[in-house]
Amino acid sequence: MNLAAKDIQHNLGRFALTVFGIGMLLMIVMGMGGIYRGLVEDATLLVERIGADLWVVQRDTRGPFAEVSRVPKTLVYRVLAVPGVESAREFVFHTIQREQNGKPLRMSVLGLSWPLDKGEWLPLVAGRPLAQNHYEMIADKTLGLRPHEQIKLGKETYTVVGITGGMASTAGDGMIFVTVWDSQAIQFDTPNEAIRLERAAREHRSEATDLFLSQPVLTEQLSRPVAELPAVASPELSAVVVRVAPGADMDAVAAAISTWSDVSVFTKAGQEDLLLKGMVDKSRRQLGMFRALLTIIAAVIMALILYTLTLDKLHSIALLKLIGAPNRVILGLILQQAIVLGGVGYGIAFLVGQKLFPYFPRRVVLTSEDLLRLAAIVLGISVLSSLLGIWRAMRVEPNEALMG
Amino acid sequence: MNEHLAIETRGLTKVYGSGNTEVVAMRDATVAVRRGEVIALLGPSGAGKSTFLTAVGLINPPTSGQVLISGVLVLDGPIALVHLRSFRRKHIGYVFQKSNLIPFLSARENVQIALQLDGASPRRARRRTLELLEELGVADRAENGTSMLSGGEQQRVAIARALANDPSVILADEPTAALDSHRGRQVMELFRRVAHEHGAGVIVVTHDQRTLEVFDTIYEMEDGAITNGIHSQEAVR
Ligand SMILES: Nc1ncnc2c1ncn2[C@@H]1O[C@H](COP(=O)(O)OP(=O)(O)O)[C@@H](O)[C@H]1O
Ligand SMILES: [Mg+2]
Repeated sequence: MNLAAKDIQHNLGRFALTVFGIGMLLMIVMGMGGIYRGLVEDATLLVERIGADLWVVQRDTRGPFAEVSRVPKTLVYRVLAVPGVESAREFVFHTIQREQNGKPLRMSVLGLSWPLDKGEWLPLVAGRPLAQNHYEMIADKTLGLRPHEQIKLGKETYTVVGITGGMASTAGDGMIFVTVWDSQAIQFDTPNEAIRLERAAREHRSEATDLFLSQPVLTEQLSRPVAELPAVASPELSAVVVRVAPGADMDAVAAAISTWSDVSVFTKAGQEDLLLKGMVDKSRRQLGMFRALLTIIAAVIMALILYTLTLDKLHSIALLKLIGAPNRVILGLILQQAIVLGGVGYGIAFLVGQKLFPYFPRRVVLTSEDLLRLAAIVLGISVLSSLLGIWRAMRVEPNEALMG
Repeated sequence: MNEHLAIETRGLTKVYGSGNTEVVAMRDATVAVRRGEVIALLGPSGAGKSTFLTAVGLINPPTSGQVLISGVLVLDGPIALVHLRSFRRKHIGYVFQKSNLIPFLSARENVQIALQLDGASPRRARRRTLELLEELGVADRAENGTSMLSGGEQQRVAIARALANDPSVILADEPTAALDSHRGRQVMELFRRVAHEHGAGVIVVTHDQRTLEVFDTIYEMEDGAITNGIHSQEAVR
């Protein structure tokens, strides 16, 4: 005969409600852990997916994700010349916020270095990779864009041709993928009036320059688009991503590029480290603190519930002692209920959480390691929180049964 | 001779509190109960009857005096000479005025738990429980929750539990207070029967003057002191 089970059956409604409450509380604790995991995964997702061995960024910056980095377009060719480099690609990345259907739409724009990269490596859930070098884009499904939908960015209109699943930037914004050219067009888009003003300013400057006075034919060149002016730098990249040839020494390649005084080099692990230590760390500590507090609160609430459940049973406990039940029976009664409370609460947390977490705006990732650790913690606080009740039950005198 | 005594108390005294608040609830109570003997303990409220009963029942040790159960010295003053809880489980059955049962167990489980606590297998405990409930006429209520039982039925289930481990001592404190006189009498006769059949010594605290002829011996208690027992036939006369 299991006394704990009998008592639970007798007060089933109340016990069920209590367990549900504990379950919700544990679900929040679980969710906190999942949000943290999601943060870490989001942070490293891009670096992981892009799969580059080395990241070459502007000297002394921690770019291109943690901060802004600018490198010249020609860096790609310099890097390609380094022995051991299999491929080097342009990497352009920036975040924009526009409106679509009256709602703010935050997108992280990643440039694909067409034609080497058409986005075949992306986890497409619908549509196709890019098929032309302009005006097509692949968007993540969290952005809510549909295939064939058109969206105006800068002076051009782009058509959504593919949809990815789970591609979010480190900040959790959905990503769009266009060619590097398009991404730069979007990034460096200037209003027409600004272009006209700049052109006028250019002509005005030329009137004061000896070169233009002696060679007036040059003045005509000033009204051409910026990209065609030899004296003006073409738009810059965020970084160059490098794949090292199989068998080549990655450290040697990194060391060789590091000697150039205009760039810094990070390995994939180093880049991930930058993201985790720099960007996610505060959030992680914040969530950690919150989770610890919630765990303590759950333990206190459970202790209170178990203490109350014990108080309700004092007469029965006295009676059990009176008819000669050993302490182990009474201890078992309380401890088993504590474990059922924690265990079933945990189960509810897991089941409800699984249904609920996908609707959270940012990813909540439940790893089996985290789940196991939380299960151990719940078991721990179940046992710990039953101590107060057990202590009270042990103090009950058998003759208290006569005071009923 | 001690082998024949189910219960023997020698000079039991109980003092509650100390100094100004000191109450002597029981003084020099000396009683002997043979196996199979049923005794009644009468007396006004506050006389010390419950104090005496709980001292004999090993749940409220006396300040001084001795308690022997089946010839074994169990309590010497407040000092326990055996492991009280397991000794109670094996040798003593209790019935009180009310709230005798564990509310979250059924009638059957309330009896069965006593047997299982003493090491009986669930199957054997269940069979014996059903026999006892049958014997006490509440077999049809076996699976009912305790709150579904009438006062008399509850008392009979409690008596079944008291009898479960074949105790040598049964202690009942006003077991019929919550019952009508007909039911009260039935319960008293039940005590008599089980005392004779199971060979237990039974002490019943009661106020009910009408059932006294059921008892072998009647003791009276006043201001903590117990008068010498009188044979019940004389008392009734
Ligand atoms: N726990 C206690 N603390 C102090 N005094 C008590 C306690 N229990 C009983 N008494 C006192 O001891 C006396 C006898 O009580 P009790 O044995 O309950 O009498 P009865 O059962 O005959 O009514 C009473 O005066 C009562 O107030
Ligand atoms: Mg009393």
